[in-house]
Amino acid sequence: MARVAPRTGDAIFANVERVNAELFTLTYGAVVRQLLTDLEEVEEVNKQLDQMGYNIGIRLIDEFLAKSNVSRCNDFRETTDVIAKVGFKMFLGVTASVTNWDADGTCCSIVLEDNPLVDFVELPDNCQGLYYCNILSGVIRGALDMVSMKTEVTWLRDVLRGDDVFELQVKLLKHVPEEYPYKDDE
Amino acid sequence: MAAIYSLYIINKSGGLIYYKDYGSAGRMDTNDSLRVASLWHSMHAISQQLSPVSGCLGIELLQADTFDLHCFQSLTGTKFFVVCEPGAQHMENLLKFVYELYTDYVLKNPFYEMEMPIRCELFDINLTQAVQKDRVAFLGR
Repeated sequence: MARVAPRTGDAIFANVERVNAELFTLTYGAVVRQLLTDLEEVEEVNKQLDQMGYNIGIRLIDEFLAKSNVSRCNDFRETTDVIAKVGFKMFLGVTASVTNWDADGTCCSIVLEDNPLVDFVELPDNCQGLYYCNILSGVIRGALDMVSMKTEVTWLRDVLRGDDVFELQVKLLKHVPEEYPYKDDE
Repeated sequence: MAAIYSLYIINKSGGLIYYKDYGSAGRMDTNDSLRVASLWHSMHAISQQLSPVSGCLGIELLQADTFDLHCFQSLTGTKFFVVCEPGAQHMENLLKFVYELYTDYVLKNPFYEMEMPIRCELFDINLTQAVQKDRVAFLGR
Protein backbone atom coordinates (compact mmCIF):
# COMPACT_ATOMS: atom_id res chain seq x y z
CA MET A 1 0.00 0.00 0.00
CA ALA A 2 2.25 2.79 -1.21
CA ARG A 3 0.67 6.09 -0.52
CA VAL A 4 1.99 9.12 -2.26
CA ALA A 5 3.02 11.72 0.26
CA PRO A 6 1.59 15.14 -0.53
CA ARG A 7 4.19 17.58 -1.78
CA THR A 8 2.37 20.61 -0.47
CA GLY A 9 -0.04 21.22 2.34
CA ASP A 10 -2.44 23.33 0.26
CA ALA A 11 -5.20 20.75 0.06
CA ILE A 12 -5.05 20.01 3.78
CA PHE A 13 -4.87 23.67 4.67
CA ALA A 14 -8.06 24.21 2.69
CA ASN A 15 -9.82 21.47 4.64
CA VAL A 16 -8.86 22.06 8.25
CA GLU A 17 -10.64 24.48 10.53
CA ARG A 18 -8.91 27.82 10.76
CA VAL A 19 -9.02 30.77 13.09
CA ASN A 20 -8.63 34.40 12.23
CA ALA A 21 -4.92 35.10 11.69
CA GLU A 22 -4.93 38.31 13.70
CA LEU A 23 -6.61 36.63 16.63
CA PHE A 24 -3.90 33.99 16.51
CA THR A 25 -1.09 36.54 16.28
CA LEU A 26 -2.46 38.64 19.10
CA THR A 27 -3.11 35.64 21.33
CA TYR A 28 0.44 34.46 20.90
CA GLY A 29 1.65 37.98 21.63
CA ALA A 30 -0.39 38.05 24.81
CA VAL A 31 1.12 34.74 25.91
CA VAL A 32 4.67 35.97 25.35
CA ARG A 33 3.90 39.25 27.09
CA GLN A 34 2.48 37.45 30.09
CA LEU A 35 5.49 35.16 30.29
CA LEU A 36 7.79 38.20 30.29
CA THR A 37 5.82 39.68 33.17
CA ASP A 38 5.74 36.44 35.13
CA LEU A 39 9.25 35.18 34.61
CA GLU A 40 11.06 38.53 34.26
CA GLU A 41 14.20 36.97 32.78
CA VAL A 42 14.30 36.86 28.97
CA GLU A 43 16.35 33.65 29.11
CA GLU A 44 13.65 32.00 31.21
CA VAL A 45 10.99 33.07 28.73
CA ASN A 46 12.95 31.50 25.90
CA LYS A 47 13.15 28.28 27.87
CA GLN A 48 9.47 28.36 28.76
CA LEU A 49 8.39 29.00 25.17
CA ASP A 50 10.51 26.09 24.03
CA GLN A 51 8.95 23.83 26.64
CA MET A 52 5.45 24.96 25.67
CA GLY A 53 6.26 24.27 22.06
CA TYR A 54 7.56 20.83 22.95
CA ASN A 55 4.34 20.00 24.75
CA ILE A 56 2.37 21.16 21.74
CA GLY A 57 4.61 19.24 19.35
CA ILE A 58 4.19 15.87 21.01
CA ARG A 59 0.43 16.14 20.47
CA LEU A 60 0.46 18.01 17.20
CA ILE A 61 2.41 15.29 15.41
CA ASP A 62 -0.54 12.91 15.61
CA GLU A 63 -2.89 15.43 14.09
CA PHE A 64 -0.37 16.05 11.36
CA LEU A 65 -0.03 12.35 10.59
CA ALA A 66 -3.76 11.71 10.79
CA LYS A 67 -4.78 14.50 8.46
CA SER A 68 -1.91 14.76 6.01
CA ASN A 69 -1.72 11.10 4.93
CA VAL A 70 2.03 11.36 5.00
CA SER A 71 3.63 7.94 5.16
CA ARG A 72 6.90 6.99 6.79
CA CYS A 73 9.81 9.13 5.56
CA ASN A 74 12.85 7.36 4.20
CA ASP A 75 15.44 9.75 5.51
CA PHE A 76 15.92 12.95 7.43
CA ARG A 77 15.99 14.97 4.21
CA GLU A 78 12.51 13.85 3.36
CA THR A 79 11.36 14.55 6.92
CA THR A 80 12.51 18.16 6.92
CA ASP A 81 11.08 18.63 3.46
CA VAL A 82 7.68 17.44 4.66
CA ILE A 83 7.86 19.71 7.71
CA ALA A 84 8.67 22.74 5.61
CA LYS A 85 6.25 22.10 2.74
CA VAL A 86 3.33 20.33 4.40
CA GLY A 87 3.64 20.94 8.14
CA PHE A 88 4.14 24.69 8.08
CA LYS A 89 1.46 25.10 5.48
CA MET A 90 -1.03 23.01 7.39
CA PHE A 91 -0.64 24.74 10.73
CA LEU A 92 0.63 28.23 9.95
CA GLY A 93 -0.50 28.74 6.38
CA VAL A 94 2.99 29.54 5.13
CA THR A 95 5.57 27.51 3.28
CA ALA A 96 9.18 27.26 4.31
CA SER A 97 12.22 26.14 2.37
CA VAL A 98 15.03 23.84 3.39
CA THR A 99 18.65 24.79 2.71
CA ASN A 100 22.21 24.59 4.04
CA TRP A 101 22.52 20.84 4.28
CA ASP A 102 25.71 19.60 5.81
CA ALA A 103 27.69 16.79 4.19
CA ASP A 104 26.25 13.85 6.13
CA GLY A 105 22.64 14.99 5.88
CA THR A 106 21.95 15.43 9.59
CA CYS A 107 21.81 19.19 9.85
CA CYS A 108 19.93 21.76 7.81
CA SER A 109 18.14 25.07 7.94
CA ILE A 110 14.44 25.72 7.57
CA VAL A 111 13.98 29.20 6.18
CA LEU A 112 10.75 31.07 6.77
CA GLU A 113 10.21 34.25 4.82
CA ASP A 114 6.75 34.83 6.09
CA ASN A 115 5.79 34.27 9.69
CA PRO A 116 2.29 35.07 10.94
CA LEU A 117 3.45 35.08 14.58
CA VAL A 118 5.33 38.35 14.24
CA ASP A 119 2.97 40.48 12.19
CA PHE A 120 2.75 43.36 14.65
CA VAL A 121 5.86 42.79 16.70
CA GLU A 122 8.86 44.98 17.41
CA LEU A 123 11.32 43.90 20.07
CA PRO A 124 11.93 46.61 22.67
CA ASP A 125 15.48 47.28 23.87
CA ASN A 126 15.12 45.35 27.09
CA CYS A 127 14.06 42.19 25.24
CA GLN A 128 16.87 41.90 22.74
CA GLY A 129 17.79 38.43 23.93
CA LEU A 130 14.28 37.11 23.36
CA TYR A 131 13.63 34.50 20.73
CA TYR A 132 10.07 35.57 20.13
CA CYS A 133 9.15 32.52 18.05
CA ASN A 134 10.93 30.02 20.25
CA ILE A 135 7.70 28.07 20.50
CA LEU A 136 8.17 26.93 16.90
CA SER A 137 11.51 25.32 17.60
CA GLY A 138 9.94 23.50 20.53
CA VAL A 139 7.08 22.26 18.36
CA ILE A 140 9.46 20.79 15.80
CA ARG A 141 11.61 19.18 18.48
CA GLY A 142 8.57 17.68 20.23
CA ALA A 143 6.97 16.41 17.04
CA LEU A 144 10.15 14.72 15.83
CA ASP A 145 10.73 13.26 19.27
CA MET A 146 7.47 11.35 18.95
CA VAL A 147 8.57 9.74 15.71
CA SER A 148 11.84 8.63 17.31
CA MET A 149 14.15 11.39 16.15
CA LYS A 150 16.07 13.33 18.76
CA THR A 151 16.81 16.77 17.40
CA GLU A 152 18.20 20.08 18.42
CA VAL A 153 16.47 23.13 16.98
CA THR A 154 17.99 26.60 17.21
CA TRP A 155 17.36 29.99 15.65
CA LEU A 156 20.07 31.25 13.37
CA ARG A 157 18.35 34.28 11.93
CA ASP A 158 15.39 36.26 13.18
CA VAL A 159 13.66 39.14 11.41
CA LEU A 160 12.92 40.76 14.77
CA ARG A 161 16.64 40.95 15.38
CA GLY A 162 17.32 42.67 12.08
CA ASP A 163 17.88 39.69 9.77
CA ASP A 164 16.05 39.39 6.47
CA VAL A 165 14.42 36.00 7.11
CA PHE A 166 13.73 33.51 9.87
CA GLU A 167 16.14 30.61 9.85
CA LEU A 168 15.78 27.58 12.08
CA GLN A 169 18.62 25.12 12.30
CA VAL A 170 17.47 21.54 12.75
CA LYS A 171 20.12 19.08 13.79
CA LEU A 172 19.46 15.36 14.01
CA LEU A 173 21.19 14.06 17.12
CA LYS A 174 20.01 10.49 17.25
CA HIS A 175 17.62 8.15 15.57
CA VAL A 176 16.10 6.07 18.33
CA PRO A 177 15.31 2.59 17.04
CA GLU A 178 11.71 1.51 17.42
CA GLU A 179 12.45 -1.99 18.65
CA TYR A 180 11.10 -2.94 22.00
CA PRO A 181 13.59 -3.51 24.78
CA TYR A 182 13.93 -7.25 24.90
CA LYS A 183 16.94 -7.47 27.16
CA ASP A 184 16.16 -8.65 30.65
CA ASP A 185 18.43 -6.16 32.33
CA GLU A 186 16.63 -3.13 30.93
CA MET B 1 -24.44 -1.14 15.06
CA ALA B 2 -24.30 -4.84 14.67
CA ALA B 3 -21.20 -4.86 12.54
CA ILE B 4 -18.76 -3.66 15.18
CA TYR B 5 -18.31 -5.54 18.44
CA SER B 6 -15.74 -3.42 20.21
CA LEU B 7 -13.06 -0.80 19.78
CA TYR B 8 -9.72 -0.51 21.58
CA ILE B 9 -6.98 2.08 21.73
CA ILE B 10 -3.63 1.14 23.24
CA ASN B 11 -0.74 3.48 23.92
CA LYS B 12 2.77 2.89 22.72
CA SER B 13 3.74 0.93 25.80
CA GLY B 14 0.82 -1.46 25.46
CA GLY B 15 -1.55 -0.03 28.05
CA LEU B 16 -5.23 0.04 27.23
CA ILE B 17 -6.34 3.67 27.18
CA TYR B 18 -9.77 3.27 25.62
CA TYR B 19 -12.25 0.44 25.34
CA LYS B 20 -15.81 0.50 24.18
CA ASP B 21 -18.17 -2.29 23.20
CA TYR B 22 -21.14 -2.03 20.92
CA GLY B 23 -24.06 -4.39 21.16
CA SER B 24 -24.24 -7.59 23.13
CA ALA B 25 -21.97 -9.83 21.09
CA GLY B 26 -18.39 -10.20 22.23
CA ARG B 27 -18.84 -8.12 25.35
CA MET B 28 -16.01 -8.37 27.83
CA ASP B 29 -15.39 -7.32 31.41
CA THR B 30 -12.59 -4.93 32.33
CA ASN B 31 -10.04 -7.62 33.07
CA ASP B 32 -10.64 -9.39 29.79
CA SER B 33 -10.39 -6.22 27.76
CA LEU B 34 -7.08 -5.36 29.44
CA ARG B 35 -5.90 -8.86 28.69
CA VAL B 36 -6.85 -8.61 25.04
CA ALA B 37 -5.09 -5.26 24.75
CA SER B 38 -1.78 -6.39 26.21
CA LEU B 39 -1.96 -9.67 24.33
CA TRP B 40 -2.53 -7.85 21.07
CA HIS B 41 0.27 -5.42 21.79
CA SER B 42 2.71 -8.29 22.30
CA MET B 43 1.50 -10.29 19.31
CA HIS B 44 1.79 -7.21 17.15
CA ALA B 45 5.38 -6.70 18.29
CA ILE B 46 6.28 -10.36 17.84
CA SER B 47 4.75 -10.47 14.38
CA GLN B 48 7.05 -7.65 13.31
CA GLN B 49 10.06 -9.65 14.46
CA LEU B 50 8.92 -12.94 13.00
CA SER B 51 7.87 -11.65 9.62
CA PRO B 52 9.98 -13.05 6.78
CA VAL B 53 9.54 -9.77 4.94
CA SER B 54 11.71 -6.90 6.13
CA GLY B 55 10.00 -3.67 7.07
CA CYS B 56 6.89 -5.42 8.35
CA LEU B 57 4.71 -3.11 10.41
CA GLY B 58 2.81 -5.76 12.32
CA ILE B 59 -0.54 -7.52 11.96
CA GLU B 60 -3.22 -5.48 10.25
CA LEU B 61 -6.00 -8.03 10.11
CA LEU B 62 -6.78 -11.13 12.10
CA GLN B 63 -9.58 -13.28 10.72
CA ALA B 64 -11.32 -15.84 12.87
CA ASP B 65 -14.50 -17.90 12.47
CA THR B 66 -16.60 -15.58 14.58
CA PHE B 67 -14.90 -12.21 14.25
CA ASP B 68 -12.39 -10.07 12.35
CA LEU B 69 -9.86 -7.87 14.11
CA HIS B 70 -8.60 -4.87 12.18
CA CYS B 71 -5.63 -2.98 13.55
CA PHE B 72 -4.12 0.37 12.65
CA GLN B 73 -0.91 1.65 14.19
CA SER B 74 0.02 5.29 13.88
CA LEU B 75 3.64 6.28 13.28
CA THR B 76 3.79 7.47 16.87
CA GLY B 77 3.04 3.97 18.13
CA THR B 78 -0.55 4.28 19.25
CA LYS B 79 -2.65 1.31 18.11
CA PHE B 80 -6.33 1.40 17.27
CA PHE B 81 -8.22 -1.81 16.67
CA VAL B 82 -11.78 -2.95 16.17
CA VAL B 83 -13.29 -6.35 16.63
CA CYS B 84 -16.13 -6.78 14.18
CA GLU B 85 -18.33 -9.23 12.31
CA PRO B 86 -16.46 -11.48 9.88
CA GLY B 87 -16.25 -9.75 6.54
CA ALA B 88 -17.23 -6.28 7.75
CA GLN B 89 -16.17 -3.66 5.22
CA HIS B 90 -14.39 -0.31 5.40
CA MET B 91 -12.80 -0.90 8.78
CA GLU B 92 -9.49 0.68 7.70
CA ASN B 93 -11.33 3.88 6.93
CA LEU B 94 -13.12 3.77 10.23
CA LEU B 95 -9.86 3.32 12.13
CA LYS B 96 -8.25 6.21 10.30
CA PHE B 97 -11.25 8.32 11.13
CA VAL B 98 -11.05 7.30 14.79
CA TYR B 99 -7.40 8.38 14.70
CA GLU B 100 -8.50 11.81 13.46
CA LEU B 101 -11.12 12.04 16.19
CA TYR B 102 -8.44 11.07 18.70
CA THR B 103 -6.18 13.90 17.54
CA ASP B 104 -9.04 16.40 17.61
CA TYR B 105 -10.91 15.52 20.76
CA VAL B 106 -8.35 13.78 22.92
CA LEU B 107 -4.95 15.29 22.16
CA LYS B 108 -6.32 18.81 21.90
CA ASN B 109 -8.03 18.50 25.24
CA PRO B 110 -5.69 20.36 27.60
CA PHE B 111 -6.85 18.24 30.53
CA TYR B 112 -5.95 14.99 28.86
CA GLU B 113 -2.61 13.60 29.94
CA MET B 114 -0.64 11.76 27.29
CA GLU B 115 -0.59 7.94 27.52
CA MET B 116 -3.33 7.95 30.16
CA PRO B 117 -6.84 6.45 29.86
CA ILE B 118 -9.13 8.55 27.70
CA ARG B 119 -12.05 10.17 29.46
CA CYS B 120 -13.23 12.82 27.06
CA GLU B 121 -16.92 13.34 26.50
CA LEU B 122 -16.56 14.98 23.11
CA PHE B 123 -14.52 12.05 21.90
CA ASP B 124 -17.23 9.64 23.08
CA ILE B 125 -19.97 11.60 21.35
CA ASN B 126 -18.16 11.89 18.06
CA LEU B 127 -17.03 8.32 18.16
CA THR B 128 -20.54 7.06 18.70
CA GLN B 129 -21.67 8.99 15.67
CA ALA B 130 -18.81 7.61 13.60
CA VAL B 131 -19.57 4.05 14.52
CA GLN B 132 -23.20 4.29 13.44
CA LYS B 133 -23.58 1.91 10.61
CA ASP B 134 -24.51 4.44 7.95
CA ARG B 135 -21.50 6.49 8.92
CA VAL B 136 -19.26 3.51 8.29
CA ALA B 137 -20.84 3.03 4.91
CA PHE B 138 -20.42 6.73 4.21
CA LEU B 139 -16.72 6.57 5.03
CA GLY B 140 -16.30 3.79 2.56
CA ARG B 141 -17.41 5.89 -0.39
